[in-house]
Amino acid sequence: MAHIELKGVSKSFAGVPAIRDIDLDIADGEFFVLLGETGAGKTTTLRMIAGLEKPTTGRVWIDGQDVTDWGAAARDVALVLQQYSLYPRYTVRQNLEFPLRSPIRPIAEAEIATRIAKVAATLRIEHLLDRKTDRLSGGEMQRVSIGRAIVRTPKVFLMDEPLSALDAKLREALRGELKSLQMDLGETFLFVTHDQVEAMSMGDRVGVLNKGALVQVGSPQEIYGNPVNTFVARAVGTPAMNLLTGVWAGGRAELGAMVFDHPGGQGAAGRGLVFGVRPEDLVLGGDGVEAVVTDIENHGVEKIISLSAGGQALRATVPVTVKFLRGDTVPVGWQAARVVVFDAKSGQSLRHGG
Amino acid sequence: MAAVRTKGEMLRHRLSIISLLVILALFLAPIFWITATAFKPRNLATTVPPTVFFQPEFSPFVKLMTKRSQLRSAPTAEVYNAAPWWEQTVFDGGEKVVRSGKGEVQLSGFPSRFLNSLIIAITSTVLAVGMGTITAYGFSRFKVAGEDDWLFFILSTRMLPPVVVAIPMFLMYRVVGLNDTHLGLIILYTAFNLSFSVWLMKGFIDEIPKEYEDAALVDGYTRMQAFFRIVLPEAATGIAATAVFCFITAWNEYAFALIMTNKRAQTAPPFIPSQVGSGLPDWTVIAAGTFLFLVPVAIFTFLLRNHLLRGMSFGAIRK
Repeated sequence: MAHIELKGVSKSFAGVPAIRDIDLDIADGEFFVLLGETGAGKTTTLRMIAGLEKPTTGRVWIDGQDVTDWGAAARDVALVLQQYSLYPRYTVRQNLEFPLRSPIRPIAEAEIATRIAKVAATLRIEHLLDRKTDRLSGGEMQRVSIGRAIVRTPKVFLMDEPLSALDAKLREALRGELKSLQMDLGETFLFVTHDQVEAMSMGDRVGVLNKGALVQVGSPQEIYGNPVNTFVARAVGTPAMNLLTGVWAGGRAELGAMVFDHPGGQGAAGRGLVFGVRPEDLVLGGDGVEAVVTDIENHGVEKIISLSAGGQALRATVPVTVKFLRGDTVPVGWQAARVVVFDAKSGQSLRHGG
Repeated sequence: MAAVRTKGEMLRHRLSIISLLVILALFLAPIFWITATAFKPRNLATTVPPTVFFQPEFSPFVKLMTKRSQLRSAPTAEVYNAAPWWEQTVFDGGEKVVRSGKGEVQLSGFPSRFLNSLIIAITSTVLAVGMGTITAYGFSRFKVAGEDDWLFFILSTRMLPPVVVAIPMFLMYRVVGLNDTHLGLIILYTAFNLSFSVWLMKGFIDEIPKEYEDAALVDGYTRMQAFFRIVLPEAATGIAATAVFCFITAWNEYAFALIMTNKRAQTAPPFIPSQVGSGLPDWTVIAAGTFLFLVPVAIFTFLLRNHLLRGMSFGAIRK
């Protein structure tokens, strides 16, 4: 158990900045998710915490100690990778033994056997112990990889997209397992992913990375309901937040041909704005702007309705019981209190000082 | 196989088998010739047309290994019967094995040449593959300033034909006293094979995911331990293929061995043909020498054959 702190960490590769001045504080026992696209610097951040990369500037603290100059072996962290963390020449048991036989932290033979038995039971991989790892399925492999991490009781668990190579069903199952494992162990997890569903469903807190900078840190609810800028607004939520350009004047949002009531919005007058509204915050029926239904996607519990109003495309989610046909005309309104207003130029949310 | 074949496939199948047999015959014919000659009595070695069926003899090997001289008259029955069987085969061929005053058999130059070949080829292979693997690992895993230039420089040592550098090398070796020494040839062959070994091994090590080592480093191992416990076993195929190439090159090398050595450190390749010139050439003895010379390469390649199939494709068809 440990708490992780990054203080002003930057990293550049051959002069090209990969990480720009990140400050991050991950509490003891927290499940923290770093969310970002490929190349955003998630893996680099993780590797700096693991000790596989050295920050160009800034300090890394683990468990109240400045470990910036420590090697990976000394930091006592565990790493689960997307693939290739199991040795193909070894059996599952040998793979699990490998971290326990490290010369830096010697462990008695009997203790090794007990620990492996316990981990195998936890992850339900007892029947695989004597199998070579190249004879495992993707899901089994990832279970063993996680086993390799938890067998050692390290200070911190670092996971680099451990689920992204798996198929959808398995990913969902392992997502739940991993989350409950973390709650059982009560350990600090840092989980890196490009999948917003993983981030939202597993994280106690989520950090969104964009081009090497940490854009927003907060609970999944904060990130979802109150994104700091249009980048974060686009990054989380399916279907994505509707982002409509327009201006604000006298309690109303004027979005091209569409006009919605928007009482709040002091300080928003007289400049270009982007109004962000989540699909579920659009209200179909009642008063509002006339819109044409262009497409309907049925997702079981809910439907995603694509609409066209005043030349702008909108997407709304409604309960599956609500009946619409393609080509129907429906009045559209919104829940003004849930609308997030961004500055059109900077993309920054007005609530976050944009 | 029980697979059903169409007529066309049958024909193609037969044609490919026939062409394989032809190719095999072409490649194996010289080996058969040498092997057959190595076991022939001397008078059958050069018959026209060649003798294919004969009583195999061991005398060429005995003659290869020992000093011997022409018999002026046949040995007495007493002497003949007292001699061991292998010596009798030489008597039968009209020659006798030379013994010292104390009755010790005088060895020919061949056994020591053969031993020299083994020492020099094995040592230089171990050195070239070992240093090559470590160098390749460095190039593969770390950012080396001017990496491409270094690699090109390493390869460029192979661009001149050996003949061009042979004379300067000879003069340099004479100055430092490395002429006709094992160490001299070992250094030469190691240097010669090193560039090849670095390039081959870099290809193999590049294919081993870095993540294996990352995982080991995080698990509390040093890079050195990760290298020996994870990278080396994964690179075994590449190491085996490289070792075979290096061994064959060093084992077969003729030009430098001819120029740089004459007695103490001479290897088998320059020695075997030198026997043609001493008196009437005894082709059975030369064939016996060539046959023995083929054996280590055959054994070495055979032992590593499982690695070679994957290794020879230079990692192109892994898995």
